[in-house]
Amino acid sequence: MTCEELEKLAAKNADLINVRKIVREQAEKLAQNTGYRKQVLVCGGTGCTSSHSLDVIAQLEKSFKELKIDDVLIVKTGCFGLCALGPIMIVYPEGAFYSQMTPEHAKTVAEKHLIKGGEIVKELLYADTVHEDGSVIPFAEIPFYKHQMRIALRNCGVIAAESVEEAIAAGDYKALKKALFEMTPESVIDEIKKAGLRGRGGAGFPTGLKWQFTKDAVGDKKYVCCNADEGDPGAFMDRSVLEGDPHCVLEAMSIAGYAIGAEEGYIYVRAEYPIAVERLNIAIEQARKLGLLGKNILGSNFSFDIHIRLGAGAFVCGEETALIASVEGKRGEPRPKPPFPANSGIFHKPTVINNVETWANIAPIILNGANWFASIGTERSKGTKVFAVGGKIRNVGLVEVPMGTTLKTIIEDIGGGIPDGKSFKAAQTGGPSGGCIPAKYIDIAMDFDNLTSIGSMMGSGGLIVMDEDTCMVDIAKFYLEFTADESCGKCTPCRIGTKRLLEILTKITEGKGEPEDLEKIKEIAEHMKSSSLCALGQSAPNPVLSAMEHFGDEYKAHIYDKKCPAGVCKSLLSYYINPDKCRGCTLCMRSCPANAISGSVRNPHEIDLKKCIKCGQCIAHCKFGAITKK
Amino acid sequence: MSQNPFEGTEGQMKDLLKSIKSHRGEAGALMPVLHDAQNIYGYLPAEVQTVIAEELNVPLAEVYGVATFYSQFSLTPKGKHQISVCLGTACYVKGSDKILEAIEKELRISCGECTPDKKFSIESCRCVGACGLAPVMIIDGEVYGKLKPDDVAGILDKYMKD
Repeated sequence: MTCEELEKLAAKNADLINVRKIVREQAEKLAQNTGYRKQVLVCGGTGCTSSHSLDVIAQLEKSFKELKIDDVLIVKTGCFGLCALGPIMIVYPEGAFYSQMTPEHAKTVAEKHLIKGGEIVKELLYADTVHEDGSVIPFAEIPFYKHQMRIALRNCGVIAAESVEEAIAAGDYKALKKALFEMTPESVIDEIKKAGLRGRGGAGFPTGLKWQFTKDAVGDKKYVCCNADEGDPGAFMDRSVLEGDPHCVLEAMSIAGYAIGAEEGYIYVRAEYPIAVERLNIAIEQARKLGLLGKNILGSNFSFDIHIRLGAGAFVCGEETALIASVEGKRGEPRPKPPFPANSGIFHKPTVINNVETWANIAPIILNGANWFASIGTERSKGTKVFAVGGKIRNVGLVEVPMGTTLKTIIEDIGGGIPDGKSFKAAQTGGPSGGCIPAKYIDIAMDFDNLTSIGSMMGSGGLIVMDEDTCMVDIAKFYLEFTADESCGKCTPCRIGTKRLLEILTKITEGKGEPEDLEKIKEIAEHMKSSSLCALGQSAPNPVLSAMEHFGDEYKAHIYDKKCPAGVCKSLLSYYINPDKCRGCTLCMRSCPANAISGSVRNPHEIDLKKCIKCGQCIAHCKFGAITKK
Repeated sequence: MSQNPFEGTEGQMKDLLKSIKSHRGEAGALMPVLHDAQNIYGYLPAEVQTVIAEELNVPLAEVYGVATFYSQFSLTPKGKHQISVCLGTACYVKGSDKILEAIEKELRISCGECTPDKKFSIESCRCVGACGLAPVMIIDGEVYGKLKPDDVAGILDKYMKD
């Protein structure tokens, strides 16, 4: 297609998208131009499809046929971010936010709301969107969305995820056009450099510099690579971008190809993300068909094409040199740097590798300019960051906020706080490479440097919230189980170090810890940090080191007092029956598989601690809350 | 490599050769071919690895090296119903280890094993990204979320019957 055709296509569907973006009164007017009285957006991301959002769509289609509704558009979008409430369904132009939908609910909404003259079904709306006086708040104005600033996720949950027409109408490929016809490769790189964009995958290296190095490197062929091997357990922003707006990644990679002089790109994506893989394949086919990938893109001299490579479940492949080995069809083992991928990457050619979220920021920078982007965020961390907020928090989901937003805003205002009346203990960022932020730092402004200064790291943006019931020794052990399992085994410090650290931590959680263990952990950690081959081994000790720093007392309690203050480590717990609460119903006695409980009917029972296997069956069966573990 | 007798069919071999043909000559072809082979056979028996090595003209040792490196490639057959329990952080914090224990107890096998009647196999998996539903397990691609250990028996019952 030519530039004019691209513009025409964008203009044709522009109002369709605008209805979903602006305030109600205007949206209603705009809706009249689109030919659709209403639009129903249903989330088709992994979270919501897992809770059967596709059945909701099927029911809507069925109901529309029965009710003869033909002027309401059903749109299957990517992730809206508020995954805890899935399946999510939003009706425009009202912006009515229906949550936890079932096919039954969909039928009701079709019959009462979507038919001509229908009214919003308030009982099915997300409770926070209904005022006490009964008026309805559009979903964009609830606290979860109000504090966010969506750049990388700009189109997620806004456009139909499998429609190139809607992607174009929402602005995709406009930046590519601008780069190809109004900018030189040098000025593209300068813009990215000036914007101060840093890689969102973990290390935070300046993206513009990476591009510059690759452009300057000598090579007959160069490659652009997208790292979509999102391995940090609990982080899923990359998946959401690929599922919700795959074209934005293709566009950004093409822009990089133009800037550094590459004609080929690879997307290395986890095989665990089947929906993302499928949408990427669809998007690549669509782009090729329209001439947005392939020879002479938009009638220019620039040619570029993209291939997909599937990972196969190896965390280490998120490391760039390991990823390159895997793209080449080898074992995904890292190699020493230098040479850096910018000089010797895929098939030994100069290669620029960026993570998905980084790519998602490229087009807005090109379109709105470096100054705009640099005006957002903190001094050394520009723009926004997407956090995958999970664990013990009410609004589990994806949150995009300006760099420098405080942890408190994310957890309390956006996340809705900790459920069940529990208190906030710590947040883990950076996954198995990061560390924890204890409650006393809740006012920390989240950016690359602040997190590093307190012994954690930004990482890819996983943010796991922990409450008083989480044991910090157990959680450090959990991360070491992960890294010990995922260590590729190539270099000794990582292979042996993770194993030894895990053994020591296991010992501590079993009540066999010794005072010198804490010193041993520090010594092994130092060696791993200084001599491991890649970032996996270098950062593997971080979770235990930061937990020891911030929760030293908890480690000491395990080692000296043989107690687990959070009540998690099984070997350190004892079960007791409170004689004042026990009614002598015998339920616990009968449920105990070890016959450790004795007593007669209507008299308080007792647990023989020598026989008790600490399985917790008695607690589960007691109806009077008489059994505690200490 | 594997001790189970190889029971591949001609149709499967035809599919495998077709996949190899479509990737032959392509740089880095081994990974996509192994993915296809795993889809076709459900695992990567020695016989299949040998064919891939010969047809792609790479040493068998390299094929074996790659097949054993990645956790998604399996050298042993899996059960008719494959159960994966997510042990990602979000699920772990919400007690997915207890879910795994409940399944192990119910089926009397450990994680990574297959029941003697080849009906079920259990594995733990990395974050599937359904953190909003934590803790989750996946049976044959179907996701079960917000689980409690007591839910397990009822869900498995459905699969016992067929």
